[in-house]
Amino acid sequence: MNALRTIGSITLFFLQVLAACLPALRRPGLIIRQVYNSGARSLIIIMLCGLVVGMIMGLAFSDMLARFGSESALGVAAGLALLKELGPVLTALLFAGRAGTSLASEIGLMRATDQLTAMQVMAVDPLRYVVAPRFLGGLLAMPLLVAIFNILGLFGTQLIGVSVMGVDAGTFWSQMQNSVDGIDVYEGVVKSLVFGASCTLLAVYYGYHAAPTAEGVGLATTRTVIASSVLVLIFDYMLTAAFL
Amino acid sequence: MSSSQAPAAPPVVEVRGVAYSAGPRRIFEGLNLTVQQGAITAVMGPSGTGKTTLLRLLTGQAEPTDGTVRVLGQEVPGLNRRELFALRRRMGMLFQNGALLTDLDVFENVAFPAREHARLPEPVLRRLVLMKLEAVGLRGAAKLMPQELSGGMARRVALARAIVLDPELLVYDEPFVGLDPVSMGVVVRLIKHLNDALGITSIVVSHDVAEVGSIADYSYLLDGGRVVAEGTTAQLNASADPAVRQFMQGASDGPVSFHYPAGDYAGELLA
Repeated sequence: MNALRTIGSITLFFLQVLAACLPALRRPGLIIRQVYNSGARSLIIIMLCGLVVGMIMGLAFSDMLARFGSESALGVAAGLALLKELGPVLTALLFAGRAGTSLASEIGLMRATDQLTAMQVMAVDPLRYVVAPRFLGGLLAMPLLVAIFNILGLFGTQLIGVSVMGVDAGTFWSQMQNSVDGIDVYEGVVKSLVFGASCTLLAVYYGYHAAPTAEGVGLATTRTVIASSVLVLIFDYMLTAAFL
Repeated sequence: MSSSQAPAAPPVVEVRGVAYSAGPRRIFEGLNLTVQQGAITAVMGPSGTGKTTLLRLLTGQAEPTDGTVRVLGQEVPGLNRRELFALRRRMGMLFQNGALLTDLDVFENVAFPAREHARLPEPVLRRLVLMKLEAVGLRGAAKLMPQELSGGMARRVALARAIVLDPELLVYDEPFVGLDPVSMGVVVRLIKHLNDALGITSIVVSHDVAEVGSIADYSYLLDGGRVVAEGTTAQLNASADPAVRQFMQGASDGPVSFHYPAGDYAGELLA
């Protein structure tokens, strides 16, 4: 029953945030600042993880494909895996841990220190000034982060697959070029937008509704990570099924 | 027949028969209170009597379960969102901890309401903000971040922000809490000075009897969800009511018990 109430509450909050997005667009400066906070400040961790995931794929896929005599398919396997699944999902999980917790704790602390109430008393709607720019910032930052993750991932795969495991560089790239279609890229972009909206919405929701105490802010960040991770995986299954 | 006296200005705030409950806990029952235009009205009372809740009712952050709350001629509980925001633009509120926006510096904090509500050219806005900061003695701190301010300075910046749009009513929530004697004296003087200089009406919620009593034109003493005494500071000081005397003199025990209600002490220790 509580879970249903929470889902209903998040849905209503989502509608309120959507309604606040249009007025928030009149302040592009606030949105750009949030793209920087959510996106640029997550770059290092996203780039590092993308590279390492790519290197792991270079090793693991090369070994697996060699068992079937299909080492030449490394480029296709890595490209499809990154574009359709690993890129959006892993970036979203990292985003929830880095930017999501930051958003939830920031807004929760604003609640605890009366900043949101002060805005309301000054006749400024915190949904428009605080929540909507952060939501839009996260929504815009996620596809960019996924793209960077994918590029670094492919670079890592090529680095290990070609340089260490001996896959031919020309085959690696040409196979990928031949077999990865626009629809695969489209699937990745749709997923990144959906995951970006989900993770950011949950972060601002839990932050905005945090109890105004240290424990409340801590709980908000924990819930943000857990709920975002579960929701990303559920949405990933649904979207993968939809694109089959 | 014409009267030689000018008609009295209508009250800025009228609270009549207000009841309010927070969950099972009843905060107010039959609360009556009037704030006259241009006056500094103190609302005092022990901690937990609902002083801050009263401010929430006045600013429309909470709705009474019964009774009427009129502020600046408008019935607050009946206002829709647009009307409520329009009313709030005519009010300023100073929060207990200042509630400055931590991602903006002092200048931008003071400029915030003006940027949101008044389409002022940047040079005009700059002069307006500097004038307000000068009024609270912090023009030199314009570039500091809220984290770099002391408690007293933060409250003065919040005061500058509260008056930047020249409100008709200024509401202070425990403005003296946690301040050193010098900062407290500065804030007391500022409240009085701004009230007189700007011709606004002030409501000061506090339990610092001496400080608020020194500047209040009229005071209300709340206890048990209603007004137990009202009058000027001198009248309250001269009151024969034991509860009023206890509060005004700061006695630790009296009608307002030192102990939170509990069962038998000896019985609990020996259990």
